[in-house]
Amino acid sequence: MRNFKSMITALFLFSVLSLHSAEIEVLHWWTSGGEAKSVGALKTMLEKSGHKWKDSSIAGGNGVNAMTVLKSRAVAGNPPAAAQIKGPSIQEWAELGFLANLNKVAKANKWDKVLPKRFADHMKYKGKYVAVPVNVHRINWMWVNPAVFKKAGAKIPTTWKEFEVAAKKIKKAGFIPVAAGGQPWQEATVFETIVLGVGGAKFYKKALVDLDMKALKSKTMKKAFDTLRMVKSYTDKNAPGRDWNLATAMVYKGEAAMQFMGDWAKGEFKVAGKKIGVDYLAVDAPQTAGAYLYNIDSFAMFKQKSNAKTKAQNKLAQLVLSDKFQTIFNNRKGSVPVKLGVSKMPFDDIALRSMDALNSAAYTKELLPSMAHQMSVNDAIKGAIVDVVTEFYNSKMSSSKAVKKLASSVKAEM
Amino acid sequence: MTKTNNIQSILSRILIYTLLIISAIYFLLPLFVMIITSLKDIDEIKNGNLLSLPKEITFAPWIEAWSEARIGSETSGIKPFFINSIIMTVPAVLISSIIGAFNGYVFSKWRFKGSEVFFSLLLFGCFIPFQVILLPMSQTMGYLGLSGSVGGLIFVHVVYGIAFTTLFFRNFYVSIPNELINAARIDGAGFFRIFFKILLPVSLPIFMVCIIWQMTQIWNEFLFGIIFSDADTQPVTVALNNLVNATSTVKKYNVDMAATLIAVAPTLLAYIISGKYFVKGLMAGAVK
Amino acid sequence: MKSKLNFLEHYLPKIVLAPTFLIMIIFIYGFIAWNFILSLTNSKLLPIYTFSGFKQYYALFDSGKWWLAMENLFIFSSLFISFCLAIGLLLAIFIDQKIKFEGFFRTIYLYPMALSFIATGTVWQWMLNPGLGLEKLLIDLGFSNFTFDWLVDSEMAIYTIIIAAVWQSCGFVMILLLAGLRGVNYEVVNAAKIDGASMPLIYWKIIIPQLGPVFFSSIIILLHIAIKTFDLVIAMTKGGPGFSTILPSMFMYDYSFARNKLAFGASSGMMMLFFVMIFVVPYLYIELRKKN
Repeated sequence: MRNFKSMITALFLFSVLSLHSAEIEVLHWWTSGGEAKSVGALKTMLEKSGHKWKDSSIAGGNGVNAMTVLKSRAVAGNPPAAAQIKGPSIQEWAELGFLANLNKVAKANKWDKVLPKRFADHMKYKGKYVAVPVNVHRINWMWVNPAVFKKAGAKIPTTWKEFEVAAKKIKKAGFIPVAAGGQPWQEATVFETIVLGVGGAKFYKKALVDLDMKALKSKTMKKAFDTLRMVKSYTDKNAPGRDWNLATAMVYKGEAAMQFMGDWAKGEFKVAGKKIGVDYLAVDAPQTAGAYLYNIDSFAMFKQKSNAKTKAQNKLAQLVLSDKFQTIFNNRKGSVPVKLGVSKMPFDDIALRSMDALNSAAYTKELLPSMAHQMSVNDAIKGAIVDVVTEFYNSKMSSSKAVKKLASSVKAEM
Repeated sequence: MTKTNNIQSILSRILIYTLLIISAIYFLLPLFVMIITSLKDIDEIKNGNLLSLPKEITFAPWIEAWSEARIGSETSGIKPFFINSIIMTVPAVLISSIIGAFNGYVFSKWRFKGSEVFFSLLLFGCFIPFQVILLPMSQTMGYLGLSGSVGGLIFVHVVYGIAFTTLFFRNFYVSIPNELINAARIDGAGFFRIFFKILLPVSLPIFMVCIIWQMTQIWNEFLFGIIFSDADTQPVTVALNNLVNATSTVKKYNVDMAATLIAVAPTLLAYIISGKYFVKGLMAGAVK
Repeated sequence: MKSKLNFLEHYLPKIVLAPTFLIMIIFIYGFIAWNFILSLTNSKLLPIYTFSGFKQYYALFDSGKWWLAMENLFIFSSLFISFCLAIGLLLAIFIDQKIKFEGFFRTIYLYPMALSFIATGTVWQWMLNPGLGLEKLLIDLGFSNFTFDWLVDSEMAIYTIIIAAVWQSCGFVMILLLAGLRGVNYEVVNAAKIDGASMPLIYWKIIIPQLGPVFFSSIIILLHIAIKTFDLVIAMTKGGPGFSTILPSMFMYDYSFARNKLAFGASSGMMMLFFVMIFVVPYLYIELRKKN
């Protein structure tokens, strides 16, 4: 009898649970190693709350394969509940009517308060939250091997002029001054860092965010291209095609002195057993000290047919911005929490400096979206800009021609 | 006279073997690099020479690739995906081969007005770039309720495999003398009887060709694999890509290589074991 | 009863082909038509059906990158096919000399067909990279002047892709040609031998001409592989340095899915099919006439 009773209770509980719990599919391109592990943490948290996580992870081409899958799923009428989408693409999907309204969760969890306004705006379409941010990466870092600088008798540069002086010395001493990965996105990353350095935050915003034709064709832009050419002359000839992590390895092995890369590079140094401040340093890229070029990853939420799924989806959104997940995820990935007020305790020195830079840049309005990482302009325009940069970088094109081409290709995509 | 001939033939033998061996080295080099890399530990790869043998052989990367590596949110290794691939490949290969056999039979022995045009239209279909059909196919699959299912994957592979399987069987059956067929017809044998009694018994080699070709194509296919699968049905190529092509993470090349070798093992084995039939089948007429 | 059976027998072949016919009409030609319609629209992220005429085609013809992709495809496919045929033929002739361990050599030449390029491309990238692979090896061995840096040279990178592609496919061609060689009529060959003709001459004048159909089949299969080449380039160069090794299939994928220019991508797909048609249709025509 007692058994029977408990069975009934169990059945009842089960049916209640199954009414309120649902399986939701999450599409992302964090597929292996540390980043996948971090996603795994989110999954565990969601499943603890009674829902199920169906994992659709697709790597390749910085998310291109995942986007292809997302489009075909949307066309087939069964998009996942959450998908990793970033920057202006969020608004494009929202415009087509695919994204769910998250305002309820946002209000309950005070997103407007805990998210910097600039970041929150990326997540909104017509005033409604349609996506939830996961992390913030800072792009404008320069990774340095101090031992190489010492051996070459060079000083770590803070301006592009100093950079040239230092690079010359390093080259003379028989080292590779800059470890570069010759892939379009990496070349574009260096380019935008230079644009920010050479032109300053205001110019960067005008040129690579607002797409002001005058700025694109300006002398400053020409100077940015010239600087890019100068930086390239201090890379080795085997750079084309090289993955970013191999370039990082050149720095910690002491073959190269510097690398321009976002803060995810930290993971490579850590895994190699290198010590921050001793074996490697992370400094602001020349002339970008006060500025913060950001790259935010986010999950956009797609409209679901069943209530249970919507509930699970809301839960997921809430969990993404929980202190716990923000800490675990960002610690592993090398980024910093997108949310204000998360405890700084567990973070390392570089992350702490990134947080400080974030705060001060937000104050001085030098907080800027990365072009190369799909934050500032739509993908068609970004593609057009990257094409010009990579063509310039890999040919003998003159900087005045590059500037003209930049303006005309951007115009063609507008 | 015979002596110089002998010397000449010995010399030409030496030349032939030398060239064959040099080519064999060219063909084996990438496999060699993959195998030795998969047996080294990661520090040795990062600091050592690409072509040097491992100082200490370790099988840990193989174990990690098979059942421990993190792919997506699970630490499952490529094992479950490997099984997905088998579930997808076996029916897809068999169905497309059987359809190809019947099509080839009709195109070679039961020609009708327009059948040649039909055949060449089908062949032209081989050349359609797969990128073109991704979206309309997804829409169709959604409509048919096949989105993300194994059935859907099998369906796509059958649809885009038929042209080649038909080509193989048609060209094979063309070489079988029509007199045999005509005699059977006079004896009153029908469409299916002729196929099962006369053609099928001699079709083993061409079935091998067709099966091996289709197996290679379907097992290694990637684009359909990512687009038309979902979390539970992703084939091994998708897992391999997820492992190898992850963007902002620390790379373990030894695990990547071990995973690749595991992923290609079935096709590789198929080639080695049945290569004999493959060659026989091609010789029997698939190429005419 | 009997006439009914005859009726059925008469239509059976067509009934058997009917499913294939339906599949072909919908999934090949229907989808091509859909793609054509898409290319006339303004579709960006997803298909929408507001028409804008041939705008996308004008933009495509204006794109230097597109023509570079076409030029690359032309260089790639012509060299890839020629090398596969030449090396395949040479290997087939050698293997046909009643050598020992024939099966062993055959398997070695054929096995690359079984591999996918997702990770094999990484290995090729290593081997051809001047700082890691062959160049480094030979310099380490003491040939300090040796350079082989095509992979990182915008002008030459496309040729390294050919090296890897030939590696993968020429074994298959070798098998096809070997099969052809075994089917050659040896009466004529023996007669020529008695007349004192040398072996190279016999191959050139008598045997190779008999392989005509095999060459044609090989060309079709190779062309099919060349046009669909995608994974290989992604794995080896990702289209670089710059975008110097881009191919039309990548161009289309990139614009349709990464850059959200679906209609533009569709127009490049149509142009690609058009160029394939120019090459393939005459071949099919010739094949058809010969068989009849």
